[in-house]
Amino acid sequence: MPDDVAAHVRDRVDSLYRSDSRRVLATLIRLLGDFDIAEEALQDAFAAAVEKWAEQGIPANPRAWLISTGRFKAIDRLRKTERLESTDASALDRIEAEAVADDDDGVEDDRLRLIFTCCHPALSPDAQVALTLREVCGLTTEQVAHAFLTPPPTLAQRIVRAKSKIRDARIPYEIPSRADLPDRLDTVLHVMYLVFNEGYLASTGASLTRSDLSAEAIRLARLLVELLPEPEAIGLLALMLLHEARRDARTTPEGEMVLLEDQDRARWDAQRIAEGVELVERALASRRFGPYTLQAAIAAVHAEAASAAATDWAQIVGLYDVLMRIDPSPVIELNRAAAVAMRDGPDAGLALIDAILVRGDLVDYRLAHAARGDLLRRLDRTGEAINAYERALSLATLDAERSFISRRLEALRAISPR
Amino acid sequence: MKYLCLIYDNEQAWQQFPADVQQNYMGEYRAFTDSIKKSGQFVGANQLQPTHSATTVRSRNGKLSTTDGPYAETKEQLGGYYLIDAKDLNDAIQVASRIPSARSGSIEVRPVVEGM
Repeated sequence: MPDDVAAHVRDRVDSLYRSDSRRVLATLIRLLGDFDIAEEALQDAFAAAVEKWAEQGIPANPRAWLISTGRFKAIDRLRKTERLESTDASALDRIEAEAVADDDDGVEDDRLRLIFTCCHPALSPDAQVALTLREVCGLTTEQVAHAFLTPPPTLAQRIVRAKSKIRDARIPYEIPSRADLPDRLDTVLHVMYLVFNEGYLASTGASLTRSDLSAEAIRLARLLVELLPEPEAIGLLALMLLHEARRDARTTPEGEMVLLEDQDRARWDAQRIAEGVELVERALASRRFGPYTLQAAIAAVHAEAASAAATDWAQIVGLYDVLMRIDPSPVIELNRAAAVAMRDGPDAGLALIDAILVRGDLVDYRLAHAARGDLLRRLDRTGEAINAYERALSLATLDAERSFISRRLEALRAISPR
Repeated sequence: MKYLCLIYDNEQAWQQFPADVQQNYMGEYRAFTDSIKKSGQFVGANQLQPTHSATTVRSRNGKLSTTDGPYAETKEQLGGYYLIDAKDLNDAIQVASRIPSARSGSIEVRPVVEGM
């Protein structure tokens, strides 16, 4: 039945597109030396597969077939435009000179090359994120634009500009050398963390597409860990999984924010927590871990505690101490102060937060004032607590945070009416 | 005495000129270059790729930082240049980061248009 064969081939091609189009693209970019030419070749190769495989049967190694077909299609196209426009033949010469191996060796390296190129530090952070989601994850320009609340033409322009920079400034398509790897890996991890946070922090806005960004970031981190199991990549994957495990418990069905201490821990995702904890242990055992692993370790201590009160706060303070040594920042210092308050009492935490603010750091950071308000509230210093929460409210922009702070203020004003 | 003549022009306006206007302009450039070659005043010249291809390199406390785009501040003034041959942008950034002023100022790395 020719119709049956055609339908079967189309299904197979569709499923190969979903599972392998990014791998094929990554190799075509190396062979063709240009993102746009490679993308056209990719589409041509899959279109050719639908036609040829119905006539000739599905090849033994479909991926190798798609790669070599894509390469020939690109050469055909370049020959045609060359004849029409008599442009320089250098692109064609280069492609034809590039040796093609028939087997799949090095295909995984091409995926790493693609990741490192999309996250090259000479591209702007916005462009790194857009290009990674577009090229590595295969999201459409519209999907990326929607997820980042950016008009599609602006995002398309960002991607075009990034690709021309890669071409014009000659950003090499390669895995960084050992010496450059730590810095370059930092950029890649930062891109993944940005994508994750965009989905995680904004998901209180209740848009499904944005929470998909977190899933996309986790998928990316899994891919990176598989290709390059560096401790910090493992640590970042763990951190994302441990945060993601708490997603459902972070908000009420009405979209109100629920603090960690008040969350229903039965709603945490035990499977993600188990995987996250295991990954943290693996990263810590390497003894080459960094800030992502330490933050994941802190999240793991929270995740394993039966309640806020039963949390091992001494261990959390200890982990923040290490974090402050290797990656000090006022925000980490603030988080450490909150942990100290849980270990030693609100007075101790408040003194640390006040010291940060007196120094002039975090004075416009809403969470510093919210944390201060909470400790003052616990100390029954209601008037000061109201002042601190009012300051936090004046700085907060997210709806869920504003409504949380407002509720706290109402409760405090009921105690101490002005 | 040698003098460096730096060319500042509106890149976007240039890109929007019709092809024939651009060609006339390039023709004028060629004629100018020929004229100063004849007069013995020509030392060297390069056309630069547009600013979207630029990367600004700094080195602070031994740590290299790169940002996308040209040097866009007014705190520092142009003080010199190196024309280098590099394998690719990574290589060029490495070289640029070793220029002593990368530690105190900024180095804008811009590819040169080839075959001119």
